[in-house]
Formats: sequence, structure tokens, C-alpha cells
Amino acid sequence: MMAFESLAELVSMGSHGPYVWTAWGATLGFLLLSVILVRGESRGVRRTLRRRLRRDAAVASSPSEDQDEG
Amino acid sequence: MWAFFHKLGSPRWFYGIAARLSPWCWALALALILVGSVWGLAFAPADYQQGNSFRIIYVHVPAAFLAQSIFLALAASGFVFMVWKIKIADMAAAMMAPLGAAMTAIALLSGSVWGKPTWGTWWQWDARLTSMLILLFLYLGVMLIRRAFARPQSGAKAASVLAMVGVINIPIIKYSVEWWNTLHQPASFTITERPAMPVEMWMPLLIMVLGFYAFFAAFTLTRTRTEILRREGHKRWVKELFEERP
Amino acid sequence: MRAKRRNKMLLVLGLVALCAVAVGLTLYALRSNINLFFSPVQIAAGEAPVDRQLRAGGMVKEGSVHRDSDSLDVSFVVTDYVDDVEVRYSGILPDLFREGQGVVVVGELTGDGYIAADKVLAKHDENYMPPEVAEALEDAGYSPADYKQAGPGTSQ
Repeated sequence: MMAFESLAELVSMGSHGPYVWTAWGATLGFLLLSVILVRGESRGVRRTLRRRLRRDAAVASSPSEDQDEG
Repeated sequence: MWAFFHKLGSPRWFYGIAARLSPWCWALALALILVGSVWGLAFAPADYQQGNSFRIIYVHVPAAFLAQSIFLALAASGFVFMVWKIKIADMAAAMMAPLGAAMTAIALLSGSVWGKPTWGTWWQWDARLTSMLILLFLYLGVMLIRRAFARPQSGAKAASVLAMVGVINIPIIKYSVEWWNTLHQPASFTITERPAMPVEMWMPLLIMVLGFYAFFAAFTLTRTRTEILRREGHKRWVKELFEERP
Repeated sequence: MRAKRRNKMLLVLGLVALCAVAVGLTLYALRSNINLFFSPVQIAAGEAPVDRQLRAGGMVKEGSVHRDSDSLDVSFVVTDYVDDVEVRYSGILPDLFREGQGVVVVGELTGDGYIAADKVLAKHDENYMPPEVAEALEDAGYSPADYKQAGPGTSQ
């Protein structure tokens, strides 16, 4: 059973709306933001690592590539 | 048991187990926080005195719980790192500290906007509020001191020591409302006692608290995996792992 | 290299500043003692300073609130059930200000023994309940503050 009769009442929170929504907005907003940042961080680290491994592999195999071509 | 402890300390093993656990933690956190939010915002009854500003409890209390728990975890990790030199403990500590700081800030902010309509003030220098502010500074200190050294190893040690020293603030926060007279009321919701509210009010709170802990677990597992790649990227097992699944 | 060293110095300075702020806050909170307010017992015993700003806390005594009909002036008695102290205030009271509820007032203790308050803050207890439950409790002869003792049978 809803505690409010209408959406407008839910938004206004019986005159406490600004307080309630500030607290909730900051909290849920932070949680969402941190998920995005954590994913971005993970992707960034993977990307640089992969690039480095590819470069290392290229350096290690470059003499043999020369032989293949020649 | 001892073997398990050391196995857990191996980055390679942790990387694997965290990969399996973290999706479940993320899913659990999402489900619990979603259900708890809708329940707490729209379905839980208003308080007989505070009206709807009471609904701030559903973000304030979980954030304050995490703020304190994460600092305890920092101190415990610091101890494990200093005594057994288990690197994973230090990696996890470094990764979870910002979440603890953010949770402290959220507890302070939500408490402030709750205090205005109920107490009639945004802020009072009472023991609970002040000790919580000190916790925020301790978190910032732990995060900064790690980066204040040229050698990462020294920074890690300093951060561990500061966390172990700063943990004294946690019991002060918890008992501040009992030891001294404060504007902040005593705890309504603890693990040991029956909550000071009926079930239709504490059930969504319990769900939110569990959701926040699941979020903490997911956040720490995922970030620690990233940190393992960052610190151990040159190791053989990482190379092999990326060759198998590029 | 030089930039690195400068960053390090900034970090150390930041740390020192943080520690200083933390210590400063601690001392500020501890300045007289850690308690936020004086209770009426302490005021009656003369522990509270006169003509200097102080905070006093306790319960608003039932039936003691007198509102002036033409102004915002209000007077009430704060009690800890042992001693009482009178408070005079002019201004808007917080929503939660009620007889029988906790309160913290900020003001000066005058020579005449009453507190001239600049600010009144409402304290509340740790009990929360829906309005219907509070009504049911009162009908059953309990005060909502007894909720924890009243037991689970009274919750709906």
C-alpha cells in the first residue's frame, strides 16, 4: 500500500521534499557515478595493459617477421 | 585454514575468485537498493512526528554504517598487510578508502538536511557529528599519506599505520551518543537490539543496509581486480591470461 | 623531477593541514567538555556560566508552554525531572517542538535564573512509528516514547 495518494504528494513529501530529495539524490547519484567510474577505470587499465602486451609481443617477434619477409 | 589464508593472499587466485563473485555482488546490490529505495520512498509509512523527512533514514543510516565498517576494514587490512605482508590486503585497502570517504560525506550531508527540518539546525558541534567529521578527515589523511612517499611500499605502510591508529575514532562515534549528551539521538537500528520502530519501517532499512554492503563488496572486488592488473601487469600469469582471452 | 618533489611537498603540506584541522576540531569540540548542553540539575547546582552563551537541554515540561498572543514570544520550562529551568524565547519554534519532547536551547542564563534563548533546537528520541501506531499506543495508555518497552504486540 502506497504511503501517498498521488505522484505530486510523493514529490512534495508533505513540504519536506527539498530535504528528502537532496539526501536521496546525492546518495543514489553518487552510487551511479561510482559504478560508471569503476567500470571506466577497469576498462582503461585493461586497454593500456593490452596495448603494452601487444607492443611487447611485436618487439619480441619483429626479427622473425623480417625473416619471413626476406 | 592457514593454507586458505595464504591462497587468498595470492593475487592470481584472488583475481579469479573475485571475477566469479563480483557479478553476483553487483546484481545483489542493484536488486536490494532498487527494492529498498522504492519501498522506503513510496511505501514505508511516514513518522508520527517527523512526517516524510523520516525517509532520509533509508540513505543516512546505511551510509553511516558503511562509513564506519569500511574504516574498520581499512584497519584490519592494514594489520594483515603489516604482519603477514599480504599485498592483496593493501590493494583492497587502497581501493575501498575512497568509498568510505564518500559514505562519510553522504552520512554528514544527509544528516545535515535531515537535521534542518527536525532539529532546526544544519549543524551542531555535538560529539556524534564532530566525531563523524573527524572520520572524514581521517579517510582523507589515509588516502593522501599513501601518495606522499616516493616509494609505494612506504606509502602503503604509512596508510596502514594511520588506519590502525585512526580506528580509535570508531568506538568514539558509536558510543558518543551514550557517553555524552548530544543533539543526535541514540541508535534506532543496531544488529544486537530490536529496532526502535515497527517492521514496516525497519524492513526497507534492513534491505538498504544489506544493499549498501553488497555494493561495498562489489565495488571492492572489481576495483581490487583492476589494481591487480595495474600492479602485476608485468607478471607471467597476467600475460598468459590476456593471451588466452584478449 | 622538480615537479615531482613539489607535488610531494604539497601532499605533505596538505596532510599537515588536515591533521591540524582534525586536531583543531577535536579541541574545539572539547573546549569546555564534550557534552553539548547543561542539564537543569547542573544549572541549579551553579555549574553553568551566567551571562555567557550556553546550551541547556532537557524535556519541555508538560503544560509549561505559554505563547504570547500578539508576538512570537514564548516561555516554557525545561526539566530533567529533578530540576527545572525557565526559558524565554522570541521566534519561530521548530516543527518538532512539543511539550514532553526533548529540546536544546542556545542562549544566556540571566541573573534572574531564566535562560534568554536565541535559538531553540528540537531533540527527538530514537523511536520511529507511523501515526496510527502512535495513536494506538496512546489509546492503550502508553506514551510513544515507551514503544521499545511496550513490545512487538503493539505494532500493527
